[in-house]
Amino acid sequence: MTEPVSPPQPDVLRRARARVLEAGEGLAYADLVEVLRLPDEQVPALLELAHEVRLRHCGPDVEVEGIVSLKTGGCPEDCHFCSQSGQFTSPVRSVWLDIPQLVKAAEETAATGATEFCIVAAVRGPDERLMSQVRDGVKAIHDAVEINVAASLGMLTQEQVDDLREMGVHRYNHNLEAARSYFPQVVTTHSWEERWDTCEMVRESGMELCCGGLVGMGETLEQRAELAAQLAELGPHEVPLNFLNPRPGTPFGDLPLMSSADALRAIAAFRLAMPRTILRYAGGRELTLGDLGTRDGLLGGINAVIVGNYLTTLGRDADEDLALLTELKMPIKELSKTL
Amino acid sequence: MSDTRLSDQATYCGHCGEPLVDGDHGACARQLALEPPRFCARCRRRMKVQVTPRGWAADCVEHGPLQG
Repeated sequence: MTEPVSPPQPDVLRRARARVLEAGEGLAYADLVEVLRLPDEQVPALLELAHEVRLRHCGPDVEVEGIVSLKTGGCPEDCHFCSQSGQFTSPVRSVWLDIPQLVKAAEETAATGATEFCIVAAVRGPDERLMSQVRDGVKAIHDAVEINVAASLGMLTQEQVDDLREMGVHRYNHNLEAARSYFPQVVTTHSWEERWDTCEMVRESGMELCCGGLVGMGETLEQRAELAAQLAELGPHEVPLNFLNPRPGTPFGDLPLMSSADALRAIAAFRLAMPRTILRYAGGRELTLGDLGTRDGLLGGINAVIVGNYLTTLGRDADEDLALLTELKMPIKELSKTL
Repeated sequence: MSDTRLSDQATYCGHCGEPLVDGDHGACARQLALEPPRFCARCRRRMKVQVTPRGWAADCVEHGPLQG
């Protein structure tokens, strides 16, 4: 009986090993396209390399975060993947969370060992009422819970960026959502450049920038690589990677789920594009990857998770994710290491 | 508060809002493992739903709150 023969390693993986693992530089666009085109039999080698990159440049820790929707639904924007747009016939109704409920959600998140709690609002950008609610909420959370508070409130003015930093918001999330070339097929009510501008203001303010996007929205592999390269150019502290969960009533509601293999290629490609970033599992992983794929992604470049539920959908039980991290010997990042 | 999605009082599907006696709601039931109900199972009104990190709460203007 002979040993199984491993397929020969493609040139792109050899180049990635030298450039990303050894030199610590992100993989360039053309090679990211090649990575996303690798055949299924090369995916294990790709994930193994991405995992090595993550361990060498980020370490074994996993950053755990919880999120909650402060203001749900009724958004004036038309992001075609989102059930919270007021422009579609989605069944999601508008609702606000009050401060005691917000603090309770932060306490529940902290109890999992999470170091980040993100307050999210479905808006184009915050008005005075929302900024006031966030100010009160951040103070109430800081008074009650030891956890970093992040926010995601849409597009900001410079004054709002400064206000959020003054409030003690640790990190601000604003996703590019899609590659620049594909964005007009995803959103028509604002531009990719407006998103980029908010991200730059946040980064320059001293707050940490969290900026990612979605894959599986009908983009080409080239556009998927383009998004990774554009995020690498922006240089966010954290990149949340979402897999489209087609929502009823939205323009993308009838798109098929992306395959698990494609999702894993995307994870590895994003890691190879950004060797030092926090690469977080965000929405859609339960449907796209399932339990086995979730494990593969954690061994293929991911080093952060959202535990518990999302904004309008439910996630895996937090205890299952925490047990998986324990099994994989991946310690949860401590609060003292995030400050 | 109680979850009436599957109780004998349920007339409508909490996921799609259609009558339970019309068609197969197996796919809806699978979806409800990954999202809260959006429609009241007794009157099919759209509910206000708040998802939190470890649960959800819904409110029907006619039949009151439920949670999961």
